[in-house]
Amino acid sequence: MIWRFGLFDSTFEPLLPTHWALLVALGLPLLLGMLAALFPPKRAWPVVLASVPVLASGLMLLSAYDQAGLLRWHWDIAGVQLSLRLNGLSVLLLLMTQVIGVAAALYTPGYLRLSETGPLARWLWPLMGVVLSALSLIWLATDLLTLYAGLELMGLAAVGMLMLSGKVAALVAGMRYLLLALMGSLTYLLGVALILGHWGRLDLQGLAEVVEHGPVAWFAAALVGAGLALKAALFPLHAWLTPVHENAWTPVSALHAALVIKASLFILLQLWSILLPDTFYAPRVIAWLGLLAIVWGGLLAWRTDSLKTLVASSTVGQLGYLMVAFPLLLGPDIAPLTRALAWEGFWLQLMGHAFAKAAMFMAAGNLILATGESTLKGLAGTSRRLPLSLLVFGIASITLMGLPPSSGFTAKWLLLQAMVLSQQWWAVAALLIGTLLTAAYIFRLFRYCFDETAPRHCYQPLAPGMDLIALTLALIAFALGLLAHFPLELMHGGSP
Amino acid sequence: MNAAWLPLTALATSLLVVVIIFALPEDARRLRTTINLTAAVVKIILVILMVRRVAAGHEDIFSFQVIGGVDFVLRSDALGVMFAGLSSLLWLCTTIYAIGYLEGSANRKRFFGFFSLCVASTIGIALADNLFTFLIFYEMLTLSTYPLVVHNGTRQALDAGRVYLRYTLSAGVVLLLGTVLLYSLTGDQSFSSEEGLGDYLNDHRGLLTLIFALLVGGLAVKTAMVPLHGWLPRAMVAPAPVSALLHAVAVVKAGAFGILRVVYDLFGIELSVELGIITALAVAASFTIIYGSLRAIAQEELKPRLAFSTVSQVSYVILGIGLFGPFGTVGALAHLLHQGLMKVTLFFCAGNYAEELGIHRIDEMDGAGKRMPLTSIAFTIGAFGMIGLPPVAGFITKWYLGVGAIQAEMYWVVAVLVASSTLNAMYFLPIVHRLWFRSGPAHGKGNWPKEQRLGRFETHSWLLLPMVFTALVSLGAGLFAGLPFSPLDWAARVANGEYLP
Repeated sequence: MIWRFGLFDSTFEPLLPTHWALLVALGLPLLLGMLAALFPPKRAWPVVLASVPVLASGLMLLSAYDQAGLLRWHWDIAGVQLSLRLNGLSVLLLLMTQVIGVAAALYTPGYLRLSETGPLARWLWPLMGVVLSALSLIWLATDLLTLYAGLELMGLAAVGMLMLSGKVAALVAGMRYLLLALMGSLTYLLGVALILGHWGRLDLQGLAEVVEHGPVAWFAAALVGAGLALKAALFPLHAWLTPVHENAWTPVSALHAALVIKASLFILLQLWSILLPDTFYAPRVIAWLGLLAIVWGGLLAWRTDSLKTLVASSTVGQLGYLMVAFPLLLGPDIAPLTRALAWEGFWLQLMGHAFAKAAMFMAAGNLILATGESTLKGLAGTSRRLPLSLLVFGIASITLMGLPPSSGFTAKWLLLQAMVLSQQWWAVAALLIGTLLTAAYIFRLFRYCFDETAPRHCYQPLAPGMDLIALTLALIAFALGLLAHFPLELMHGGSP
Repeated sequence: MNAAWLPLTALATSLLVVVIIFALPEDARRLRTTINLTAAVVKIILVILMVRRVAAGHEDIFSFQVIGGVDFVLRSDALGVMFAGLSSLLWLCTTIYAIGYLEGSANRKRFFGFFSLCVASTIGIALADNLFTFLIFYEMLTLSTYPLVVHNGTRQALDAGRVYLRYTLSAGVVLLLGTVLLYSLTGDQSFSSEEGLGDYLNDHRGLLTLIFALLVGGLAVKTAMVPLHGWLPRAMVAPAPVSALLHAVAVVKAGAFGILRVVYDLFGIELSVELGIITALAVAASFTIIYGSLRAIAQEELKPRLAFSTVSQVSYVILGIGLFGPFGTVGALAHLLHQGLMKVTLFFCAGNYAEELGIHRIDEMDGAGKRMPLTSIAFTIGAFGMIGLPPVAGFITKWYLGVGAIQAEMYWVVAVLVASSTLNAMYFLPIVHRLWFRSGPAHGKGNWPKEQRLGRFETHSWLLLPMVFTALVSLGAGLFAGLPFSPLDWAARVANGEYLP
């Protein structure tokens, strides 16, 4: 399992340009964020200019990985070993982060101009920069301390972003999130301390060699797992998620739901694959919780009247899909084919969901911004006036429902095949129920929107491009379904 | 030579139209019409090219790998181009009709966008070469039909849309499960592979039966087989061109076509007989035929009556499969085309009566033959065809099915056919009688419910021409059934080439 994360010794010396690409990928978002705090961009074109080098760095790392396979950097700074690795999975996640980050940044000037944001708006930029840099670091990090640093940076910046709107409700929800996130970090840190105290290693590769299975590993895994599950809003620790999104700005929600919670999940899976490679029960518990998450998240989304709550609750349910796949990835007696299918399905689902959810939050934001209404009922009759936003919402929800040919479908296909091969019929049922539940709440929205009998209200025109950015993200999520072969090819871990 | 671009281009033509239409502004009416019609004509030409190549013995295959072990494959085989031909021909007719029908109404961009997407999906369904590809377009069809069903935006339409989705999405889930099970068992099983699933029979008999049940069960919802037909009559609230498309080509036919693929190309007819499920299918189809006809008699409005008639008539295709003989197969395949032509004609007529005279109920149709002669002639042709009177196309199918039933020694099927024809006559002949032999409002009994003068002829020429055309084709398909490239000839060719020993 761990070789899939690129945690093994087969090192190629990175080429010189690759160092620069790495530096740009990790540092530039941060730097640009700071710069933008001083000179907040009012239009989209400076953001376009700024995003070129960021995306270029990601593409360069991709091509470097393509040529050389697994890349690894080592530094020895004052006695502390620092190392980063780049394998197929981290390249993909890095690219995903950059694309969604750039999309959110492009969306931001228009959004800030159109909504009443107050004086705090300029601080959105550096916080976004921190989140993106920290995420990039997390995908590449190979030791527990770097992971912790990345997680903490990202978490704090995320809380900051979410509270920027300054509304009382946002502050209350944000404070709660902050408290829970800190608690999560603390639990995680306790687990790390336990690992350090018992085995004396913090680098994942070394840890994988020395870790022995037993109560200590279980306990450490439980601590780390609980902390990260809290941060990832895994059911039943998800209650903080919806109120936070209810009041957040659209680009913030998009970044948060698409990327931030995924990082914790990434770390969780990676650590458990080291600490609990062959346990039977822990992944199953997660999977059962995942089943509940699918049902509960779906019901929450189905019952709500607020558009943003719908989108956010859907995240809770969709994370359930990933949780249900846990026993296929970790645990004993899994056939290689099953595990490979599940592995591909897991990450494809994660990436597809990220793009689709970001697109969906933007589409929802556009609908809310244009109509001034945040309830489903208030959207009645919008199909005539805001067809593009609605189309984006529709394309994104095809991915979420897992209908073909979107990435959600291909991911579901892979997961289902893995589940059938390993005869986990209840997991099959979970996925299929999830499809119908998702369709139920998605089409509730469309039902309102297609209602032609509703009174018309006045519409605020959107900035050009706000819909197009969301459309691009939605189309990426959509196209990933048929073109899944290319990203999945990259992900085989760089080993034979 | 493998002209892989042919199936791909045929698909891309419709998909491209979708993108263009959505990108055009709402009021670019003329441009939209031009693009729609051009693309429809181009697609017919492409399909004709494919038909000619298939007739000459070439099958064009386009494929690429989606994920390990699963390919996206388009292939033009005889059965596929048959369905593609039907859908592209009726796309042109229905588009012309829809342009006339929706004159001046709102949301036309949305309508035509999803309409084209709907047709693109049927082309994909026709040319799909494995279940994975088929499933992609099958679900795309579900999604693209929803906005058409709820197009009017009334409460009734929205409710119908909800019911439609409940049925079709659940069916999609069932179909997906069956497909995944099949892939887990066999890997990527193409429709064109010679072996069929016979190798797995000894070890996995139960699983194969389950897969068959799941696949056919999922497909039967769109085919509207009783008791899974509940969505179809309610979807009647959609505008007339949508109903025509839904009933003749897109949705119900896609389901029936899928069952054809599953039985003939995936399982193979022998294995299906071996599993003992074919007879069950024939019984279910017979039940649907009788039930649909009985319900049709009870309807007092024209469109619901036609809708239940569809429930009944589409199952002839399934019944033909159930006879597992050459004549049954030919009958089933030919009926796929015949029913499409006749039903589209009938729905065009129903739409014309509603548009021109405001007639929705059957008892309002008295004397409409005098006021709208062409429409009424077309309606009569369609109705006679549905009853199975010669020389209209429907007669041919019923004849073949009857002979097939006798050859298979399933005499009860003959009884079903006779009963069904009688019932068809019972609900169609009174309408024909009212049209021609009763005196209408023009004879001094008051006015039509909502009469408008839509055109120089009896109604708007955009509404008239497609209907006249499809009526003539239905007549011709029966009259000239012996000529090459007639629906019957092609059906026989498909059956000979692929399924018969």
